[in-house]
Amino acid sequence: MRIGVGRRRGLKRIIVCLKQAVDVSQLRVDSATGQLLVAGAPRKMSDFDKNALEEAIRVKEKLGDVEIFTLTVTSEDAKAVLREALAMGADKAYVVYDSSLKDIDTLGTAYVLAEAIKKIGGFDLVLCGETSLDSFSGLVGSRLAELLSLPQISSVRKLSVEGDAVVAERALEDAVESVKAEMPVLIMVTREINQPRIPSLMMIMKASKKEIVTWTVADLGVQKNKLGSKIEVIEVLAPKTERKKIRIAGENVQEIADKLAKALVEEGVVGR
Amino acid sequence: MLEGEDGMSEHEGILAFSETYDLMLEMLGKGREIADGLHTSLAAVLVGFNVQGKANELIKYGADKVYLVDNQALEQFQIEAYLSVLHNLAASYKPEIILIGSTRNGKPLAARLATRLEAGCIPDCNRLTVDEQGRLVGERITYGGNAAAKITFKAKPQIVTVPQRAFEKSERKDRSGQVIRLDVKVEEPKTRIVESKPLEVSSVRIEDAEVIISCGRGLGKKEDRVLLDELATVLCGQVGCSRPLAEDRKWFAEWVGLSGHKVKPKLYIACGISGVIQHVAGIRDAKVIVAINKDENAPIFEVADYGVVGNLYEILPALKEALKKQLG
Repeated sequence: MRIGVGRRRGLKRIIVCLKQAVDVSQLRVDSATGQLLVAGAPRKMSDFDKNALEEAIRVKEKLGDVEIFTLTVTSEDAKAVLREALAMGADKAYVVYDSSLKDIDTLGTAYVLAEAIKKIGGFDLVLCGETSLDSFSGLVGSRLAELLSLPQISSVRKLSVEGDAVVAERALEDAVESVKAEMPVLIMVTREINQPRIPSLMMIMKASKKEIVTWTVADLGVQKNKLGSKIEVIEVLAPKTERKKIRIAGENVQEIADKLAKALVEEGVVGR
Repeated sequence: MLEGEDGMSEHEGILAFSETYDLMLEMLGKGREIADGLHTSLAAVLVGFNVQGKANELIKYGADKVYLVDNQALEQFQIEAYLSVLHNLAASYKPEIILIGSTRNGKPLAARLATRLEAGCIPDCNRLTVDEQGRLVGERITYGGNAAAKITFKAKPQIVTVPQRAFEKSERKDRSGQVIRLDVKVEEPKTRIVESKPLEVSSVRIEDAEVIISCGRGLGKKEDRVLLDELATVLCGQVGCSRPLAEDRKWFAEWVGLSGHKVKPKLYIACGISGVIQHVAGIRDAKVIVAINKDENAPIFEVADYGVVGNLYEILPALKEALKKQLG
């Protein structure tokens, strides 16, 4: 591993962590049980991670001589997502694909990512999405920074590379911070940072020649006891919404507005 | 460092921390309830520079103990510095539950603390309960707002993050407790804050608004928000929007929804908002939801108390006049 040692040489390699997420816009609920039907739902690249990849590509376009590797940890086949990443502009895709990873939590995911990143080695920048489209936990990037002892900048909506350092703009609840860190560094990006590109047919064809490296947990030498989940999901149910669903109609706009105003006054939600 | 095999024994007490004072008080409200249920103690962690003045207030709002770490190196939130303090406290006192405020700074802090302690973490819990075995159960919205997940822990410490306004702060009482001043070695930050500017947002936070009038893609141009502004003036409310108007059209700086602000006003009026699940997840806690939309099949009507199928450009001015009349 080249990190943190020797003389810096500017940005050469970016690793982008990509999650294959459940496409939440296509989820269905079992109407009898209220259970969410996750298993059969389509998968896609998690939006926030797509922003991270797009940002890596933009950095590469600006600086030139930079390699972009993507890294995915999955218990299911993720070929389509990896091909999409390569078509967008990644140079090589790494995937740790192992059915034993089915029930890992965010700590286990971060362990596997950390071990894979050490095995890849020689990186300057690790880019992650701020959170994931499906579980929306937002923990893995930070856990990974901790395991790799990297400086971390989260909630990043603007990024620039200056020699051996990065300057990032963070959007906090009540302030905007500009933060500087020496590479190697881990950055977590928000969706505001960019608009990801849609690969052209040409790019998709070119990407078919790019390499996908597949590892199993055994290839990484991860200790199995590190992968036990610390949490237990009791149930995942569609939230019940109990709303009145009253349609307000009338002869004309005036009548509708009067009826609605009256209803709101009766609800006690307007006026003091 | 603590080892994972600590299992469920040995740990005792609750530790709460947020760098945001109001959120800290809300966590103490919930923390007090959990502590009483478990017959254990609640400690607040107060970190910063010249912050000792707040210690007694934290006790009045429910803490039994306050661990005070006051150090110039902690004046600004820097993750490595704050993490080293919390890790030190967690490793020495071995709490069974750690509550961390789920802010943009607090969440990475919780994630890294959980990693350093080899512990689980449940983020953004909107409900917290304790089961028969004494395990903490957190409920959170997941799958883009399509589901509520109930999650518990297999090992301690049990770390959860708590969003703003998920819980009520308790009443300020004349209670007494212990303030314990600690001298903790603070880790050197690995990043440097070059600049920090207060965010240009309206002086009132949308989370605090009692009435919100929000627009979506049904709004034709930026200037038309004046229709919402006028209604907001009559109702003493605030104007918000859905994600596309902020992220795609850049008409607003922030938006309401799962990835933006989660709000709980008394009244939420959604104008020209289709009602995708991510938006709905951000307004679920509103008391009354009104939907105004041209498309009678818009999903927003399924989650609204009052629905009007029509043109917002006609309805909003008429509603403004009607409300003026009603409210006198």
